[in-house]
Amino acid sequence: MAERTQKQKPAPSRTEEEAVVDAPATTATGDKLKAELDDLLDEIDGVLETNAEDFVKSYVQKGGQ
Amino acid sequence: MAIPKVCGIETEYGILVRGGDNNPVSASSLLINAYLNAHTRNRVGRIGWDFEDERPGNDARGFSLDDALAPDIETHLVNAVLTNGARYYVDHAHPEVSTPECRDAAEVVVFDRAAEEIVRASMTAARQLLPDGAEILCHKNNSDGKGNSYGCHENYLLARETPFGRIVNQVTPHFVTRQIVIGAGKVGCELPGVPHDEVAYQISQRADFFEEEVGLETTLKRPIVNTRDEPHCDATKYRRLHVIVGDANMSEVATYLKVGATSIVLAMIEDDVMGDDLALANPVGAIRQISHDPTLQRTILLRSGRRATAMEVQWSLLERARKYERSHGLESVGESVGADVLRRWEAVLTGLEHDPDSVSDVVDWVAKQRVVLGFADRHGLKPGDARLKALDLQYHDMRPDKCLASRVGLQTLAAADAVRRAMTQPPTTTRAYFRGRCLAKWPADIVAANWDSLVFDVGRDPLRRVPMMEPLRGTADHVASLIDQSDTAAELLVRLES
Repeated sequence: MAERTQKQKPAPSRTEEEAVVDAPATTATGDKLKAELDDLLDEIDGVLETNAEDFVKSYVQKGGQ
Repeated sequence: MAIPKVCGIETEYGILVRGGDNNPVSASSLLINAYLNAHTRNRVGRIGWDFEDERPGNDARGFSLDDALAPDIETHLVNAVLTNGARYYVDHAHPEVSTPECRDAAEVVVFDRAAEEIVRASMTAARQLLPDGAEILCHKNNSDGKGNSYGCHENYLLARETPFGRIVNQVTPHFVTRQIVIGAGKVGCELPGVPHDEVAYQISQRADFFEEEVGLETTLKRPIVNTRDEPHCDATKYRRLHVIVGDANMSEVATYLKVGATSIVLAMIEDDVMGDDLALANPVGAIRQISHDPTLQRTILLRSGRRATAMEVQWSLLERARKYERSHGLESVGESVGADVLRRWEAVLTGLEHDPDSVSDVVDWVAKQRVVLGFADRHGLKPGDARLKALDLQYHDMRPDKCLASRVGLQTLAAADAVRRAMTQPPTTTRAYFRGRCLAKWPADIVAANWDSLVFDVGRDPLRRVPMMEPLRGTADHVASLIDQSDTAAELLVRLES
């Protein structure tokens, strides 16, 4: 795609530089994301149907449009 | 210039009765009737749907299959028109809400959210009518994971003179690749013979169900471009493109980008600036290949012989849209909404390219995948485990205490009070305004309604059918004062004639 190649050209070198400079911040962000996901998964453990297998088995729909 | 892209969404919800008779047709009727009884002044069945002008068998390629196809809609089932201009009815074996006609993607998001709230209110109302312990569950999804699919369709207004063949050729690359932005995600695969671990997770709910490039069907051998030619307005001036290839979205931004980006693509086709160079060699194969590859690395073959990723096709469409914005403007899709859609479209593509997790707050398939992978990792689950499928279903669960989509941190666009208003009040920007206001003010005098007409019974005269063949007539600007000044429907009819 000619249009895109043009637009994206400067991106790789810039991304590499940023990756080096921002390494500690990225790790911090990564930790934060992981903590958020852990909290979310804790919540989901409580919300998920208690008998998931039966629920999934019973979930049968008639085809529509 | 492209005509205004009047648009709307119709969603068939999954339905399941727990603790009672699980007949989806009667459950859908009960659900809708419960809502009408609890929340509207319509006596059930009082304001019926007017089937006079329904022609689902007309084909945009220029012939009619009305004799060959069974009627698409079962007329004896519940079929209500709401005061927000929407239609709420039983289609096949599902409750379906069609939003009213909207003027832009932002308005569609508000009315699609209002539809969700109407379904939630219906579930609550239905509980009162069911035996103790029984409940109706609804899911805003498109498949049961067992090979049965139901749709979330979009509709867009197009100029009749736009050649249908051009639309098919030039919109297909977008319809096949847009799933990377707006796919709702699915655990597993529903193509016969594909084992769980081969496609553990895919981008789209619907991709497995498309078998043709173009055609009239909507329930079997589904086509990527549907040819139903039933404009519900002046057929000499307009087409309604009936799009059956999308997923139902839980992310408001995804709904916004689905309708917004597609409106822009269609405007570009109407103004004939799109070109044919993105045409795909095998659209049906490509839509599945793309869906089955959440790494976004796989390439598809273009008719030109070139290979490209879905991402590259989307970037190319976005670049063209940017150029189109500069050369033609985006008035046909709403200038500010159009500009915002382009900004967000670019942000999603950039995010998907560099760090997919960064768009887990707007892209449904990424948000769902993050939860599925995290959960599988935490509990040591393998592909095919029922708990992963349960997560998939619950992502779309309309029960607030069970819905996962509302817990994963998705951005919202529609203000809560706007959504609440949209449950009962129509958009001011299209003919839905006239429909909704009349139904709210004179429910006893309207015997039937349709997208393009209202039928009044004001007593002394024969029934009076008011045609609404122009989607952008009957707006608040046109008729608000007429309706305000009329105490009775009879007065309104006199004023409309003068």
